[in-house]
Amino acid sequence: MPTFYKMDRKYELTRNNKMIPLVMIAIGVIAIIMGFMTDKTRTWAVLLQNDFYFTAIALAGTFFIAFNYAAQSGWTVGIKRVPEAMGGFLKYGMLGLILIFIFGHHDLYHWTHHSHEELSDPNSPVFDPILAGKLGFLNIPFYISRLVLYAVLWVGFTYVLRRHSLQEDLDGNIEHYKRSVVLSAIFLVIFAVSSSMAAWDILMSLDAHWFSTLFGWYIFAGLFVSGLAMLAMFVLYLDRKGYMNHLTDSHFHDIGKFMFAFSVFWTYLWFSQFMLIWYANLPEEVGYYQTRWKLFRSIWIGNFFINFIAPFLVFMTRDAKRTKRILFFGGIIILVGHWIDVFVMVMPATVGAEWTIGFIEIGTAIGFLGAFILSTLTELTKASLVPKNHPMLQESLHHHI
Amino acid sequence: MAKRIYGVFDDEEALMHAIPLLKEKGVVCKDVQSPFPIHGIESLIGVPRTRISIASFLYGLTGTSFALWMTWYMMIYDWPINIGGKPNMMFYMNLPAFIPVTFELTVFCAAHGMAITFLLRSKLLPGVTAPIPHPRITDDKFILHVDVKDESKVNDVAALIKSEGASDVLLKSMQFS
Repeated sequence: MPTFYKMDRKYELTRNNKMIPLVMIAIGVIAIIMGFMTDKTRTWAVLLQNDFYFTAIALAGTFFIAFNYAAQSGWTVGIKRVPEAMGGFLKYGMLGLILIFIFGHHDLYHWTHHSHEELSDPNSPVFDPILAGKLGFLNIPFYISRLVLYAVLWVGFTYVLRRHSLQEDLDGNIEHYKRSVVLSAIFLVIFAVSSSMAAWDILMSLDAHWFSTLFGWYIFAGLFVSGLAMLAMFVLYLDRKGYMNHLTDSHFHDIGKFMFAFSVFWTYLWFSQFMLIWYANLPEEVGYYQTRWKLFRSIWIGNFFINFIAPFLVFMTRDAKRTKRILFFGGIIILVGHWIDVFVMVMPATVGAEWTIGFIEIGTAIGFLGAFILSTLTELTKASLVPKNHPMLQESLHHHI
Repeated sequence: MAKRIYGVFDDEEALMHAIPLLKEKGVVCKDVQSPFPIHGIESLIGVPRTRISIASFLYGLTGTSFALWMTWYMMIYDWPINIGGKPNMMFYMNLPAFIPVTFELTVFCAAHGMAITFLLRSKLLPGVTAPIPHPRITDDKFILHVDVKDESKVNDVAALIKSEGASDVLLKSMQFS
């Protein structure tokens, strides 16, 4: 471990580094425009999928900060600026989700098609008592106000936690740390409820007849593991550029352990949700999986292999978690895998049998990835990568397991 | 067989300081006993990497195989039962129902196998006297285990350990039970 640290270390975003995400965004814009010219529903679905995926990763960044404050953990201090910066994408992502709903709700959510009167009238051609019963919750004004509420809560807490962290760099007041612990504890309670409700709203209501009580947890698991993989990508990138030499192998080992553990946790919930529905075989529940089995079989099963078997084997040994190359490789697998996972959640109810993974899907994903990278790197330039006045900084610098 | 002697230290910093110096002079440091975990002591005395993770993987694999065989034998081969119309002719068609059992037995075998292996390797079974060379290692003494190959040099090595900061050297274990 080097004994000398340059504590005030800032990431610099050069013009060349900026070009790559900008080109990625341009590819995304071309893909979206092409999509709207060919297939509107498909493009809205792809937009929703990618926007949800990257917003979830940004939310995982804030969640990471919050639970580390609440647990008063020390080792994460050295990498803390990265999840903080990831949270910066949340405001764009939530704005995107609101806009996608406002302009694309007819193509995405079939519960927006008919009014309560039409659905509850037995003589009406669209008579649907199940949907009619849900319209008290699933109606456009209430839906938008809920999305706005999530946006305000998440972006607000991200902003306040970030501001305390930056202010701490300047004045070194311990109050910022204490305040952050309290705020984080409050955020975790809010996050537990709101992430689950957002999952019902944004993804579960695509299949408005279907419901699963495990869905919120399942989304949380996917959100967290893809957020951790993205965190690992950024830390490894910064480490490669020489900004992270205050980290030891133990930090990477711990990030690897996190990814390993939460891949298994995701699989646990993925399988629990499936098995209970498969076993009970209730008609109102199995439709969800029948669509996936009949139309999406290859990627629905592939999802299991790429999100469970691959990370499980890649991250199993201690040496693998300490090798940056393998960590990077495993992180890419997890990110691709969970992109596919969200794909399998969004597409069956919107595009259905006509699904493909072509230029529109991949181009949009590249565009969103570019926007996410640009947003995160820009946030990273705003503060020192080492939170120099954090009370647990020394613990992180000497982290050794 | 090498003779084992025990250096008694009063604090862990003296111990940490002494180990590299002793090693430089060719003293074989085998183990340390201490009232609390000392950070970084494993790498100082060169404890080899634990192999319990490999053992745990194998135990887990045993559990998985046993569970899959057991469910196949019970539910498919020997006495198929129609439960809620679930397919009971083919193992793979009914596999989701067997996954919880498989998971539990994997964890069960891995956890118990690991715990039992650890206890066996550390000689900590019920009724076994704990190998405590000095009664105060659970209180305020730090013991360094040193192997001396040549029995005639025991006193030289003991003097060497003492010169590096040990308060005492035990030539044989003060074992009590």
